[in-house]
Amino acid sequence: MNWITNYVRPRINSIFSRREIPENLWSKCDGCGTMLFHREISDNLNVCTNCGHHMHITPRDRFLSLFDGGVFNEVEVPEPLADPLHFRDQKRYPDRMKTAQKGTGEKEAMLVATGEIGRTPIVAAAQDFSFMGGSMGMYVGNAIVAAAEEAVRLGRPLVLFSAAGGARMQEGILSLMQMPRTTVAVQMLKEANLPYIVVLTHPTTGGVTASYAMLGDVQIAEPNALICFAGPRVIEQTIREKLPEGFQRAEYLLDHGMLDRVIDRREMRKELITVCRMLMKMPPPTWGDLPAPGPDEANMPQTKG
Amino acid sequence: MTHYLDFEKPLAEIEGKAEELRAMAQGNEDMDIEDEAKALDRKASALLQDLYKKLSPWRKCQVARHPNRPHCKDYIDALFTEYTPLAGDRNFADDHAVMGGLARFNDMPVVVIGHEKGNDTQSRIERNFGMARPEGYRKAIRLMEMADKFGLPVVSLVDTPGAYPGKGAEERGQSEAIARSTEKCLQIGVPLVSVIIGEGGSGGAVAFATANRLAMLEHSVYSVISPEGCASILWKDAEKMREAAEALRLTAQDLFKLGVADRVIPEPLGGAHRDGEATIQLVGKTIAGMLEDLSGKSGKDLVDARRTKFLGLGSKGLAA
Repeated sequence: MNWITNYVRPRINSIFSRREIPENLWSKCDGCGTMLFHREISDNLNVCTNCGHHMHITPRDRFLSLFDGGVFNEVEVPEPLADPLHFRDQKRYPDRMKTAQKGTGEKEAMLVATGEIGRTPIVAAAQDFSFMGGSMGMYVGNAIVAAAEEAVRLGRPLVLFSAAGGARMQEGILSLMQMPRTTVAVQMLKEANLPYIVVLTHPTTGGVTASYAMLGDVQIAEPNALICFAGPRVIEQTIREKLPEGFQRAEYLLDHGMLDRVIDRREMRKELITVCRMLMKMPPPTWGDLPAPGPDEANMPQTKG
Repeated sequence: MTHYLDFEKPLAEIEGKAEELRAMAQGNEDMDIEDEAKALDRKASALLQDLYKKLSPWRKCQVARHPNRPHCKDYIDALFTEYTPLAGDRNFADDHAVMGGLARFNDMPVVVIGHEKGNDTQSRIERNFGMARPEGYRKAIRLMEMADKFGLPVVSLVDTPGAYPGKGAEERGQSEAIARSTEKCLQIGVPLVSVIIGEGGSGGAVAFATANRLAMLEHSVYSVISPEGCASILWKDAEKMREAAEALRLTAQDLFKLGVADRVIPEPLGGAHRDGEATIQLVGKTIAGMLEDLSGKSGKDLVDARRTKFLGLGSKGLAA
């Protein structure tokens, strides 16, 4: 594989349908209610400039700001069986998929890419909450396995950004089976002594938290992200008791020893560069504007030590 | 007293009539009701056969949750000898929703782990209805590590509505505990066989059921979410659990077709709760068979086989 085969050509229609002028150039921060200009938000990585509230960010936007010069190569994910159970609730599952694909311009709920951050070669995977709640189905499982295999092949750390409501009910037991499957992927990295860094973003819940999202060597979360197994509503219904302020939020988990760090999205790139380089026994990073790597360079195998 | 499920109501009527008739005749020598009572019995057994011939997925869920169904403790008492419970996660507490310890299965020392739901109000509360907290999974991890160290096979019996959704459980890392337990299942270099004896509720079940071989009782279920939960999310109406159970494909038969379950263990007519002893013996035979399949394999082979099995899942779907 080289960068040419890896490079996925943008579909013409997705350019036309997605790059329309936004209907509303202003949007309201969910945190403080301030009206923010769209350019202002995107320049600030979807973090409110007034209160620091972290709004959703798509994997593609995240990768554009994460990787040096916004350059990354998408890793191809093996296509799973479509609609294995012929699932139908009020809508057919394939129709829900089509709606999600149209709405996001993405094929599925996870994007995997290789590239460099601060000249540190990594493999990154990011879950897309806007795609059916980021739910973990067979594709997401395949994506994580592919990401781990690519990391092992190239000898690089894997950085995974989680964001999901949990397993994808429409794939029934096969979505649940992604818990052991993704755990196998994490084990591949461990056996190769490669760092596996999880960045938990809002929200990370259910079977996703109870598998790959809690098995990182280093567990980082974005501020105020909801991270849990059972959601607060379910718990309130079960124990009929008001939950404490900030329950199951990133800072709460940090206090309870479930996370290593809580880091602002705008500092995340720096954080990941620092941690990855130390774990890979690489020299300290050179901060500042480096020229973007050539595409060939970005895919060179990195040997450890 | 027999506990009848809602769809068994007609059966309850007939069996009730037969019982009444016999009770009436007991005090009265002249009454000859035996023929009539026998006719009712025949009717009841025909109805039972009919009801259980093709249980809908939702009915299977009900049978899987039946309070008189044999539970983990019943299996351990009947199939294992020298059961030596080992308690605690060495961190916080002992979780009574999870049973586990050393035991002999057909004289062979093994580690046995399982969810226990309890069988009366008091024991149900003590067992937290089979809903484990992080300590339960951490106890299981500890036991699996021990099994690995001493080369003992692990038998796990799964029967849980799911992991406990509580404040303390979340604070003490429910998700991490489940993730580590699943991870441990995949790591141990000893045979790991699992049977779903009732409910296989989501992540709480995966934490024990990530095994080399998985068997399911005929009317047991294994699902990503409860039908009620799925209905309230996707149908916005918890009453649509019948539809949800149908759509989720959570029956042993469907899971066998999908390759998730390796074996389906037939239940006595009318479900495991009508003949617990026979069910337990059938499960025992299956456990023996599954352990036999795996005997003589090296630790590495067992770990590799488990990985290959789970990585390969999802290659076959169900016919429309």
